[in-house]
Parts: sequence; structure tokens; C-alpha cells
Amino acid sequence: MSKEEKKVNRRDFLFTASYTVGAVGVGAVIWPMIDQMNPDKAQQALATTEVDISNIEPGKSITVLWRGKPVFLKRRTSEEIAEARAVKLDDLPDPQKDEDRVKEGKDEWLVMLGVCTHLGCVPLKDKGDFNGWFCPCHGSHYDVSGRIRKGPAPTNMEIPKFEFVDSNTIKIG
Amino acid sequence: MSEHEYVPKSKAAKWFNDRLPLLTLGAHLTDYPTPKNLNYWWTFGGILTFCLITQIVTGIVLAMHYVAHADLAFASVEHIMRDVNYGWLIRYIHSNGASMFFLAVYIHIFRSLFYGSYKSPREVIWIIGLMIYLLMMAAAFMGYVLPWGQMSFWGATVITNLFSAIPLVGDSITTWLWGAYSVDNPTLNRFFSLHYLIPFLILGLVVLHIWALHIPGNNNPVGIDIKKPSKDTVPFHPYITIKDAFALLVFMIIFAGFVFFTPNVLGHSDNYIPANPLVTPAHIVPEWYLLPFYAILRSVPDKLGGVILMFSAIFILFVLPWLDTSKVRSAVFRPIYRQFFWILVIDVLMLGYVGAMPAEGIYLVLARVGTIYYFLHFIVVMPVVGYLEKTDPIPMSISEPVLTGGAEPSLARKGNDKV
Repeated sequence: MSKEEKKVNRRDFLFTASYTVGAVGVGAVIWPMIDQMNPDKAQQALATTEVDISNIEPGKSITVLWRGKPVFLKRRTSEEIAEARAVKLDDLPDPQKDEDRVKEGKDEWLVMLGVCTHLGCVPLKDKGDFNGWFCPCHGSHYDVSGRIRKGPAPTNMEIPKFEFVDSNTIKIG
Repeated sequence: MSEHEYVPKSKAAKWFNDRLPLLTLGAHLTDYPTPKNLNYWWTFGGILTFCLITQIVTGIVLAMHYVAHADLAFASVEHIMRDVNYGWLIRYIHSNGASMFFLAVYIHIFRSLFYGSYKSPREVIWIIGLMIYLLMMAAAFMGYVLPWGQMSFWGATVITNLFSAIPLVGDSITTWLWGAYSVDNPTLNRFFSLHYLIPFLILGLVVLHIWALHIPGNNNPVGIDIKKPSKDTVPFHPYITIKDAFALLVFMIIFAGFVFFTPNVLGHSDNYIPANPLVTPAHIVPEWYLLPFYAILRSVPDKLGGVILMFSAIFILFVLPWLDTSKVRSAVFRPIYRQFFWILVIDVLMLGYVGAMPAEGIYLVLARVGTIYYFLHFIVVMPVVGYLEKTDPIPMSISEPVLTGGAEPSLARKGNDKV
């Protein structure tokens, strides 16, 4: 009886050990197959873009391409800034102060990803119910700070990592 | 069954068949006993096989001329249209073929819904069929991206962004799907690879679909079990092959009508504008065959909720055999269910229509009503009606439909006329 049990246990151990080694092996092969689909070195190398902003008049905006996505650079007028800051946080689906969406001391520059947070379309400027942007795909309205106000988009338009290299140049990324 | 008795005539054939019984398989497929009352709604299996082969053949030819690169794809498609000998014809067959494929598959699915073909013992056939349908949608979506026009690019953007609704890992998954930080050249490259792969996966599933079908045999308009072979059945060849061939010819006439007279009517003119990541077209719509699901997605004012509901609309079909509580298969003998069936047909058509319209005002209201009915139909109507409904008497056999009819001797006849 005890002899038989021993035999079975020994075989169980071999099975379990084989399955475990096999599973580790399969995992080691699968991971490279999955990870090869992530952005490659060439894509990652496009990670920063420098933009000359010296020609942008107050109230105007430009769109540049960064990592294949549009980035809106808007030089806001003081009225627009005041309008963005007068909004009560309670009125916002994704509460965020306008101050937190710009660099301190550079309040007139709004730099954000021009990508609707719903399903990735490019919103149209100076449209919609809130004097900001309007996404034509599924009807999301953004305000002059790029914050979602109405429609299916869940969050405000994203602010990318950026810095002022000098007073005329912004580096995105 | 006849295939067990099959013996090849020549010695060489017998030698081969003993080693690989392909001839036995051929004999099985030829003699396969089929219910003698199958109507023309049963010809779409053959039509769908034709569609799949057409897409594979034209697709392989197109891949000889197409270039899967973001800078070259659009121009290579125009090159196919203008320079390649008969390129215009092959591409129009391929692009319209996708639509014809979906037209046929929707008829095939609704036929199954009407006659209860998804019910025991055919659940596995139904589930494999739904897997084919899912792969068809994936293949069609990726194929639509390949010309790299505006609708290609923005369709790809919107659909891949659906995955960003997944909490926590959504953005990582989307980036992984893209292979970049937006829909870009790596995305196009991999979509081409997968678009080439999927039809062969479908082909494999089709073999399983037919295999699973040949275990219980075909359902039929009366929906009763039949003895095989018997006087209720006919051999597949020539009786069904000739009927399938006739239906296929009619289908091909319609197909050719699209290809030669209105090759672009089912597409979107914006896709003749090269992809531009800075400008979204004013009115993005998917291809017609995805519109009902698009309407469901847009009917929910919440991103994650919309995505969940849209995927649920497809996945609920997988449990349909267990949601339907009725013992009777064919809707011919189910007076109440039959009416709900037609409401579902109208509901899906309406969802398709509002899916093509802007998501506002009355269209949004209709989309919401349609979405609610769609789910009620499967979750509430099917279990409850199946349980409560008083079904009409069903005939004993296809050949002797009048024996149990009693007061209604013409019942089965009437049923046949209706379909």
C-alpha cells in the first residue's frame, strides 16, 4: 500500500515539474511575441517635438503633430483666461482648475493633445456650446481650457509633458 | 449510413482510400441525407462558402499589388484601380464582396433565429458560426483600414480607442494595438498581416461548422427531428447542390449589379481622401454592416458603458440556445414568438438606420429604444415566451404532416407556404 502510494507521488511530482517547466517555457516564448507589438525604438525616438511659437498672435492657435497625434497650441487672450477661471469646479464632469492646465507665469499658453478623450477624433476649434472645441464624431463639447463640459467624453483633453526652452520655443514630450 | 458501406470501385482508389479515406468523405458529402423540405433560406450556407472563396482569391491577387506602408498604401490602391490589368474589377469584387458576405451572413443568422436552428442539438454549430461572424467583423474592419483613406484612418482610430475604455490597462492596450502612440504605419502593417490571416482562420472554422452540422444533420422549416435516411430526406447531390447553385446564380447577379453599376454606393466617398491625422471627417460612420452595433455604442452617454453594451450585444448571442426555453424549434408553430421575431428584425434594421444618422434628437431616442428592445428580446422575451406560449401542433414527419393535424389537416402545408 505504502509502496504504491510512493510510486504515485513520485510520478505526480514529475508531472507537476514538467508542466511547470513547460509553462515557464511557453511564457518565455509568448512574451516576446506579445511585446514586439509595442511601440518600437523608431517610434519612441519621435518622442519630442520643438515648436516655434513666436508668430502666434493672442487668440490664435496652431496645431502640430507629436507622436502622430495633433497638439493644439493656443495663445489665449486675457478675456479667455478670465472666462476659463470663472467656471465653478462643480460644473465640470472632470474637475480641474485652469491654473493646473498651464505653466505658471505662462498662463496665456494652452498646450494640449488635440484628441477627444472619447474615441480619439480631432475636435474642431471655436465651436461648441462652451466657446472652446467641439468633437464632430460623437458630440463632445470642450471649454476654452479644453475641459469636457458636455457629451460622452469622460475626461478633459490631455496636457502633454512640455517645457519652454526659451521664450519663443516649446518642447513637447 | 451509406458512407460506411462505401467501397471505391477501382483497386487504386481502394488502395488510396484505405490509407487516407478522402473518397469516403466525398461519398459522405454526396450522399448526405438532407431534409427534402429545405427552402431557399437554406441556400445561404453555400452562398457564404462562395463569398469566402471569392474574398480569399481576390484578396491574394490584390496583395500582389498592394503596399502596406502609410506613405504608399493609398497610392498603391489607386495604382490597382488605374494601372493594374483588371485591377479595378478585382478590387471592386473584393470591396463589394465584403458587403455581400455580410448580407448573406445576416440572412443566414436570421434564418437560424426563425427556424430555431441554434437549439439543441445544434448549439455548437451556432457558437462556431458566431465565432466566424466575429472574425468576419475583425477582417472587414482591418480590410477597410488598408486603403489608408480618411475613413480608414479615423475608423481605425475610433475602433481601437474603444479599448481605451477598459479601466487601468486601457491605454496600454491601445498603444500595444497601435505599435505607436497613434494609428500609424506600424498599425497599418499589422492590420495587413492579420487581414491576410483571418480568412484562413474562418476557413478552418467553416470546416468545423460543417462537421458539426453533419452530426445531427440539417434543421428544416418544420423544425422536427427526422430519420436519416428516410423518405423525409434526399441525397445532398444532386437535389441540394442544384438548388444551391440556382440560388447562388441569383445572388451573383445581384453581386455583379453592385460591382458593375454602383461599385461605390456601399462605401464612403471620404475614403478617397488620403489619411490625414490632423483632420477628422465631419461625419464618421462605419460600414453598413456594423451600423446596428455602432448605434448601440452611441446610445449610451457613458464611454465604458457604451463599449460594454456594444460587445454584450454580440456576446449575448452565444448563450441564446439556453435563453430560449421553447421546446418547439420552428417559429412556424410559434404564433407569439413569430411576431417578436419580426419586431427584432425591424429593430435591428432601425438601429442600422439610426447608426448612420447623427447621434442627436430623435435619432438618439430611437437608438435608445432600439437598444433596450434588442436586449429585452433576448433576456426577457425569449425565456418568457418560450415558457408561456401555446404552440401550434407540430406534424409527426415531413412526409406525413396531416396525421396529427386533426381539425387542421392543412396546418403543415400552411406553414410551408408561409416561409
